[in-house]
Amino acid sequence: MFRRATTLLRRPLMGATSRRFSTDLPAAPVEDSTFVEAWKKVSPNVDPPKTPLAYMKPRPATPTSLPSKLTVNFVLPYASELSAKEVDMVIVPATTGQMGVLPGHVATIAELKPGVLSVHEGNDVTKYFISSGFVFIHANSVADIIAVEAVPVDRIDANLVQKGLQEFTQKLNSATTDLEKAEAQIGVDVHSALNSALTG
Amino acid sequence: MASAGGAAPFWRAAGMTYITYSNICANLVRNCLKEPFKAEAISREKVHFSLSKWVDGKPEKPTVRSEGADH
Repeated sequence: MFRRATTLLRRPLMGATSRRFSTDLPAAPVEDSTFVEAWKKVSPNVDPPKTPLAYMKPRPATPTSLPSKLTVNFVLPYASELSAKEVDMVIVPATTGQMGVLPGHVATIAELKPGVLSVHEGNDVTKYFISSGFVFIHANSVADIIAVEAVPVDRIDANLVQKGLQEFTQKLNSATTDLEKAEAQIGVDVHSALNSALTG
Repeated sequence: MASAGGAAPFWRAAGMTYITYSNICANLVRNCLKEPFKAEAISREKVHFSLSKWVDGKPEKPTVRSEGADH
């Protein structure tokens, strides 16, 4: 008697849509309608099985009117720095250069290089130094920034940075194998980025 | 990002994977922190595990590894 309860309950939800823009991208569907129709033709008395699509959270709808704020999720392996925080802009250190992300940014995946992430909210700017990571910008103005290590810029010790820079520049000059050269180069890059974060 | 089919980043060309690169960068950053934060960061990232191979259904003597960022 209650076998069709789930489908009957679901129907009013699907029907009740508020008035949307015609250019809106709707949310991704929760079930594959062609599969469901084909199933019903073959065995109309049995409910169609749920496909993996039904268990996933669907891609949320992308409205055409630009949202006014960017929602930022900034996570580290051991902590969640910012969780669904509404900001005006973030500037991320992508490998292709400092990239500013505003609400309504095109959906992008960018790899990050060691550098400074700045979060702009009204007149406040919070800066973090990121070791490396990725940023995923979604079409609905949600940005997910993931990094392995991120520290507020005032926690960096300038002397250690200088020492490290000298040490790795020396290693780069004396490196023999490709791997040693690569490691020394990484050291030089990271320390120079730390240096510019302190001075910039 | 890198041009289509273009040059791989220098660490990839030298045979390093992205995870290795990323971990090296993170360790270097951790080593450049000011004092209380540096000690916290290093202790946070220490790992300690014991590994034993199994031969003929029996475990051999385990090797215990307790390392920080150095390896």
